[in-house]
Amino acid sequence: MRSSEVNRTNEYTPFHPRWYRTRVSTYWWLWKWPYLKFVLREISSVFVAYFVVLTLEQIRCLSAGPECYAKFQEWMKNPFLLVLNGISLLFVLLHMLTWFNLAPRAMVVRLGGKRVPDLLIAGANYAAWLVVTGCVAWIILR
Amino acid sequence: MAENITLEVTRYSPERDAAPAFQRYEVPLRKDWVVLDALNYIKDKVDGSLSFRWSCRMGICGSCGMMVNGEPKLTCATFLTSYAPGPVRVEPLRYFPVVRDLIVEMTDFMVKLKSVKPWIIRREEKPVADGEYLQTPQQLETYKQFSMCINCMLCYAACPVYGLDPLFSGPAAIALAQRYNLDSRDQGSRERMEILSQHEGIWGCTFVGECTEVCPKHVDPAGAIQQYKLSAAKDWFKSLVMPWGSK
Repeated sequence: MRSSEVNRTNEYTPFHPRWYRTRVSTYWWLWKWPYLKFVLREISSVFVAYFVVLTLEQIRCLSAGPECYAKFQEWMKNPFLLVLNGISLLFVLLHMLTWFNLAPRAMVVRLGGKRVPDLLIAGANYAAWLVVTGCVAWIILR
Repeated sequence: MAENITLEVTRYSPERDAAPAFQRYEVPLRKDWVVLDALNYIKDKVDGSLSFRWSCRMGICGSCGMMVNGEPKLTCATFLTSYAPGPVRVEPLRYFPVVRDLIVEMTDFMVKLKSVKPWIIRREEKPVADGEYLQTPQQLETYKQFSMCINCMLCYAACPVYGLDPLFSGPAAIALAQRYNLDSRDQGSRERMEILSQHEGIWGCTFVGECTEVCPKHVDPAGAIQQYKLSAAKDWFKSLVMPWGSK
């Protein structure tokens, strides 16, 4: 008698009586610092994409002639863009640091049957970044 | 008189309550007591109606996982003194439906665990007369870390992806799939890949990494999932370049 009453009033599933499920808050990423850090890391890819578009535009102006490039440079002096580019640079650096530091977790390299230490994997990423940065700097500044 | 500490424990009766609420209990603050000891003290001496799961009391069975002050913990390995002077808030594991008080419904996890086939799959079993499947210490080392999982589900309670998308296979199930993929005796990685290469499988993970932080057995499920993604991407590329080749 009692169970049929409960059955009428409550939702039952094959395995358990009526259960309670808490809704996940929209602001779950503010609960703790690692969650916020994760969201900032994910957002950083938007700024990476912005820098890619900006670089492509810069190259386009470079190939279109000095007039276009002068216009691009003038445009870059806009205070709003200066602030935006400053923030973007910080996010791109965050993107680089977080992903380089996470690389050893995804890449397990074994040499002679032994796992290569995490520091070496991350270090190889940083070394590659330094070499590429050096090459780009050399091309631009020579 | 011994010093006391307050526990704020989630109470929920599906027949009586519309939503869970906290109940406060005073328990002795003893140096050698873990949160599970305090819950057992309440059950034995104060309120016998309090419901919770536990079994081994030594971090092996994985039954006593709960949220302690908002963090997923094995209550048998979490000392009360770490939270002195209190109060200590004890809640059921986050993101799981609550059946009663501190007990969560775990069928979802059990179904997902089974779906990834966490056992050794052989295309063909060799006859018993041919002896054991031998393994070198190095081969054991490749998967040993992932075999430490005790199915306590703390990683699920730490994973916001699972909270937002309950279809996600989740950290422990994927780590255990990877445990068998890396086992030199296993030949079932292709079968598992078919299940886990779906969106709700490995690709659902966004690498928050908290599953690894809360794991009481240092399994590193986040690492397992990323390694799985890497091998899935490599397999996909290989099949693109060499469509005639088999894995």
